[in-house]
Amino acid sequence: MSNPAESTRTLMIERVFQHPPEKLWRALTENPLVAQWLLKNDFEPVAGRKFQFRSEAMPKWDGVIDCEVLIVEHLKRLSYSWSALGLDSVVLWTLTPAEGGTHVRMEHSGFRLDQQAAYQGANYGWQHFFGGLERVLGELV
Amino acid sequence: MIVRVTPANANNVFRALADPTRRAIFEELTRQGEQTVHALTRYAGVSQPAVSKHLTVLKLAKLVRHRREGRETHYRARPDALAPMVYWLRHYGAFWRDRFDRLEALLERMES
Repeated sequence: MSNPAESTRTLMIERVFQHPPEKLWRALTENPLVAQWLLKNDFEPVAGRKFQFRSEAMPKWDGVIDCEVLIVEHLKRLSYSWSALGLDSVVLWTLTPAEGGTHVRMEHSGFRLDQQAAYQGANYGWQHFFGGLERVLGELV
Repeated sequence: MIVRVTPANANNVFRALADPTRRAIFEELTRQGEQTVHALTRYAGVSQPAVSKHLTVLKLAKLVRHRREGRETHYRARPDALAPMVYWLRHYGAFWRDRFDRLEALLERMES
Protein backbone atom coordinates (compact mmCIF):
# COMPACT_ATOMS: atom_id res chain seq x y z
CA MET A 1 0.00 0.00 0.00
CA SER A 2 1.41 3.36 -0.90
CA ASN A 3 1.66 6.11 1.64
CA PRO A 4 -0.65 8.94 0.63
CA ALA A 5 0.89 11.20 3.24
CA GLU A 6 3.92 11.34 0.98
CA SER A 7 2.12 13.02 -1.88
CA THR A 8 2.84 16.68 -1.40
CA ARG A 9 2.35 19.92 -3.25
CA THR A 10 4.76 22.80 -3.71
CA LEU A 11 3.94 26.45 -3.99
CA MET A 12 6.37 28.42 -6.14
CA ILE A 13 6.63 32.16 -6.66
CA GLU A 14 9.25 33.86 -8.83
CA ARG A 15 10.04 37.50 -9.37
CA VAL A 16 12.88 39.57 -10.78
CA PHE A 17 13.85 42.44 -8.51
CA GLN A 18 15.78 45.40 -9.85
CA HIS A 19 18.33 45.09 -7.05
CA PRO A 20 21.64 43.21 -6.77
CA PRO A 21 21.85 39.79 -5.08
CA GLU A 22 23.85 41.28 -2.18
CA LYS A 23 20.93 43.49 -1.28
CA LEU A 24 18.40 40.67 -1.61
CA TRP A 25 20.57 38.49 0.58
CA ARG A 26 20.60 41.12 3.31
CA ALA A 27 16.82 41.49 3.13
CA LEU A 28 16.46 37.72 3.42
CA THR A 29 18.98 37.10 6.20
CA GLU A 30 19.31 40.12 8.51
CA ASN A 31 16.55 39.60 11.02
CA PRO A 32 15.55 43.26 11.55
CA LEU A 33 15.14 43.54 7.78
CA VAL A 34 13.28 40.23 7.54
CA ALA A 35 10.91 41.52 10.22
CA GLN A 36 10.08 44.49 8.02
CA TRP A 37 8.69 42.48 5.14
CA LEU A 38 8.02 38.94 6.38
CA LEU A 39 7.42 38.37 10.09
CA LYS A 40 9.05 39.12 13.44
CA ASN A 41 11.77 36.58 14.03
CA ASP A 42 15.00 35.58 15.75
CA PHE A 43 16.56 34.19 12.58
CA GLU A 44 20.33 33.86 12.16
CA PRO A 45 21.84 32.59 8.90
CA VAL A 46 23.47 29.55 10.49
CA ALA A 47 22.55 26.03 9.34
CA GLY A 48 21.02 24.01 12.16
CA ARG A 49 19.83 27.04 14.10
CA LYS A 50 16.28 26.84 15.41
CA PHE A 51 14.25 30.02 15.35
CA GLN A 52 10.69 31.28 15.25
CA PHE A 53 8.61 33.55 13.12
CA ARG A 54 5.90 35.29 15.08
CA SER A 55 2.67 36.05 13.37
CA GLU A 56 -0.25 37.72 15.08
CA ALA A 57 -1.95 35.44 17.56
CA MET A 58 -5.47 34.41 16.61
CA PRO A 59 -8.15 32.25 18.18
CA LYS A 60 -6.70 28.77 18.68
CA TRP A 61 -3.29 29.74 17.36
CA ASP A 62 -0.50 31.57 19.19
CA GLY A 63 0.93 32.78 15.89
CA VAL A 64 4.25 30.98 16.30
CA ILE A 65 5.92 29.31 13.34
CA ASP A 66 8.75 26.99 14.41
CA CYS A 67 11.68 26.88 12.04
CA GLU A 68 15.16 25.49 11.60
CA VAL A 69 17.76 26.79 9.19
CA LEU A 70 18.54 24.05 6.66
CA ILE A 71 20.70 25.65 3.95
CA VAL A 72 22.78 28.82 3.90
CA GLU A 73 24.69 29.37 0.67
CA HIS A 74 25.82 32.97 0.64
CA LEU A 75 24.05 35.00 -2.09
CA LYS A 76 22.61 31.84 -3.63
CA ARG A 77 20.35 29.66 -1.54
CA LEU A 78 18.59 29.87 1.78
CA SER A 79 16.24 27.29 3.21
CA TYR A 80 14.39 26.75 6.47
CA SER A 81 11.74 24.44 7.77
CA TRP A 82 8.35 26.00 8.51
CA SER A 83 6.08 24.30 11.04
CA ALA A 84 2.78 25.83 12.01
CA LEU A 85 -0.79 24.67 12.48
CA GLY A 86 0.25 21.07 12.01
CA LEU A 87 1.90 21.80 8.69
CA ASP A 88 5.52 20.66 8.45
CA SER A 89 6.86 22.36 5.38
CA VAL A 90 10.07 23.76 3.92
CA VAL A 91 10.80 27.16 2.40
CA LEU A 92 13.62 27.44 -0.13
CA TRP A 93 14.91 30.72 -1.57
CA THR A 94 17.07 30.65 -4.69
CA LEU A 95 18.77 33.81 -5.96
CA THR A 96 20.15 34.06 -9.49
CA PRO A 97 21.77 37.17 -10.96
CA ALA A 98 19.57 38.50 -13.74
CA GLU A 99 19.82 41.35 -16.23
CA GLY A 100 19.81 44.47 -14.08
CA GLY A 101 18.88 42.67 -10.90
CA THR A 102 18.15 39.39 -9.23
CA HIS A 103 15.79 36.55 -10.06
CA VAL A 104 14.22 35.26 -6.85
CA ARG A 105 12.45 31.94 -6.59
CA MET A 106 10.58 30.92 -3.46
CA GLU A 107 9.44 27.33 -3.13
CA HIS A 108 7.24 26.38 -0.21
CA SER A 109 6.94 22.61 -0.22
CA GLY A 110 5.38 19.87 1.85
CA PHE A 111 1.66 20.66 1.66
CA ARG A 112 0.08 17.29 2.07
CA LEU A 113 -3.06 15.37 2.79
CA ASP A 114 -2.11 14.80 6.33
CA GLN A 115 -3.89 14.20 9.55
CA GLN A 116 -2.18 16.91 11.54
CA ALA A 117 -2.40 19.66 8.96
CA ALA A 118 -5.99 18.76 8.28
CA TYR A 119 -7.12 18.77 11.87
CA GLN A 120 -5.21 21.84 12.90
CA GLY A 121 -6.51 23.72 9.93
CA ALA A 122 -10.03 22.69 10.81
CA ASN A 123 -9.59 23.60 14.45
CA TYR A 124 -8.24 26.93 13.50
CA GLY A 125 -11.40 27.80 11.66
CA TRP A 126 -11.46 27.92 7.93
CA GLN A 127 -13.84 30.75 7.51
CA HIS A 128 -11.66 33.10 9.48
CA PHE A 129 -8.41 31.95 7.95
CA PHE A 130 -9.48 31.89 4.36
CA GLY A 131 -12.11 34.56 4.38
CA GLY A 132 -11.96 36.65 1.25
CA LEU A 133 -9.17 34.71 -0.38
CA GLU A 134 -10.75 34.05 -3.71
CA ARG A 135 -7.76 34.83 -5.85
CA VAL A 136 -6.97 32.22 -8.37
CA LEU A 137 -3.35 31.33 -8.04
CA GLY A 138 -1.22 29.81 -10.69
CA GLU A 139 1.82 28.89 -8.67
CA LEU A 140 0.96 25.31 -7.87
CA VAL A 141 3.38 22.80 -9.29
CA MET B 1 -18.52 20.17 -11.11
CA ILE B 2 -17.79 22.59 -8.33
CA VAL B 3 -18.63 21.70 -4.78
CA ARG B 4 -19.14 24.59 -2.50
CA VAL B 5 -17.08 23.95 0.59
CA THR B 6 -18.69 24.99 3.80
CA PRO B 7 -16.74 24.89 7.06
CA ALA B 8 -18.92 21.98 8.14
CA ASN B 9 -17.99 20.04 5.02
CA ALA B 10 -14.32 20.94 5.50
CA ASN B 11 -14.48 19.34 8.94
CA ASN B 12 -15.94 16.19 7.43
CA VAL B 13 -13.20 16.10 4.83
CA PHE B 14 -10.49 16.40 7.46
CA ARG B 15 -12.08 13.82 9.70
CA ALA B 16 -12.38 11.45 6.76
CA LEU B 17 -8.76 11.87 5.66
CA ALA B 18 -7.35 11.72 9.17
CA ASP B 19 -7.46 7.93 9.00
CA PRO B 20 -4.62 6.28 7.05
CA THR B 21 -6.80 3.47 5.69
CA ARG B 22 -9.40 5.94 4.44
CA ARG B 23 -6.71 8.08 2.88
CA ALA B 24 -5.35 4.99 1.14
CA ILE B 25 -8.80 4.01 -0.14
CA PHE B 26 -9.43 7.52 -1.40
CA GLU B 27 -6.04 7.68 -3.12
CA GLU B 28 -6.62 4.29 -4.70
CA LEU B 29 -9.96 5.50 -6.11
CA THR B 30 -8.26 8.64 -7.38
CA ARG B 31 -5.57 6.60 -9.12
CA GLN B 32 -7.60 3.65 -10.44
CA GLY B 33 -10.99 5.16 -11.07
CA GLU B 34 -14.14 3.32 -10.14
CA GLN B 35 -13.76 0.23 -7.93
CA THR B 36 -16.08 -2.27 -6.34
CA VAL B 37 -16.22 -2.73 -2.59
CA HIS B 38 -14.68 -6.17 -3.11
CA ALA B 39 -11.71 -4.77 -4.99
CA LEU B 40 -11.22 -2.10 -2.37
CA THR B 41 -11.36 -4.71 0.37
CA ARG B 42 -8.60 -6.72 -1.33
CA TYR B 43 -6.56 -3.55 -1.72
CA ALA B 44 -7.01 -2.24 1.81
CA GLY B 45 -6.31 -5.55 3.50
CA VAL B 46 -9.01 -5.10 6.13
CA SER B 47 -12.46 -6.73 6.45
CA GLN B 48 -15.27 -5.80 4.13
CA PRO B 49 -17.46 -4.36 6.92
CA ALA B 50 -14.50 -2.16 7.89
CA VAL B 51 -14.11 -0.97 4.29
CA SER B 52 -17.85 -0.26 4.08
CA LYS B 53 -17.65 1.79 7.23
CA HIS B 54 -14.71 3.78 5.84
CA LEU B 55 -16.60 4.36 2.59
CA THR B 56 -19.57 5.70 4.52
CA VAL B 57 -17.32 8.28 6.20
CA LEU B 58 -15.80 9.23 2.84
CA LYS B 59 -19.29 9.54 1.38
CA LEU B 60 -20.40 11.80 4.20
CA ALA B 61 -17.45 14.06 3.39
CA LYS B 62 -18.53 14.00 -0.26
CA LEU B 63 -15.14 12.56 -1.18
CA VAL B 64 -16.65 9.56 -2.96
CA ARG B 65 -19.88 8.68 -4.70
CA HIS B 66 -21.37 5.27 -5.34
CA ARG B 67 -23.70 3.43 -7.67
CA ARG B 68 -25.23 -0.01 -7.38
CA GLU B 69 -25.02 -2.55 -10.15
CA GLY B 70 -26.54 -5.92 -9.38
CA ARG B 71 -25.03 -7.09 -6.14
CA GLU B 72 -22.00 -4.91 -6.39
CA THR B 73 -21.59 -1.35 -5.22
CA HIS B 74 -19.12 0.69 -7.20
CA TYR B 75 -17.32 3.65 -5.72
CA ARG B 76 -15.45 6.47 -7.32
CA ALA B 77 -13.54 9.46 -6.04
CA ARG B 78 -14.73 13.04 -6.18
CA PRO B 79 -11.39 14.81 -6.11
CA ASP B 80 -13.13 18.19 -6.28
CA ALA B 81 -14.08 17.63 -2.65
CA LEU B 82 -10.46 18.30 -1.80
CA ALA B 83 -11.06 22.02 -2.03
CA PRO B 84 -10.02 22.57 1.60
CA MET B 85 -6.46 21.56 0.72
CA VAL B 86 -6.56 23.90 -2.23
CA TYR B 87 -7.72 26.61 0.15
CA TRP B 88 -4.71 25.94 2.32
CA LEU B 89 -2.42 26.41 -0.66
CA ARG B 90 -4.31 29.50 -1.67
CA HIS B 91 -3.82 30.96 1.75
CA TYR B 92 -0.08 30.60 1.48
CA GLY B 93 -0.12 31.73 -2.14
CA ALA B 94 -1.78 34.99 -1.12
CA PHE B 95 0.51 35.28 1.90
CA TRP B 96 3.72 34.97 -0.11
CA ARG B 97 2.54 37.28 -2.88
CA ASP B 98 1.82 39.93 -0.29
CA ARG B 99 5.25 39.34 1.28
CA PHE B 100 6.97 39.63 -2.12
CA ASP B 101 5.35 43.04 -2.52
CA ARG B 102 6.56 44.07 0.91
CA LEU B 103 10.05 42.80 0.11
CA GLU B 104 10.07 44.92 -3.01
CA ALA B 105 9.05 47.97 -0.98
CA LEU B 106 11.76 47.28 1.58
CA LEU B 107 14.42 46.98 -1.14
CA GLU B 108 13.38 50.40 -2.40
CA ARG B 109 13.85 51.84 1.07
CA MET B 110 17.22 50.19 1.68
CA GLU B 111 20.41 51.91 0.64
CA SER B 112 22.25 49.89 -1.94
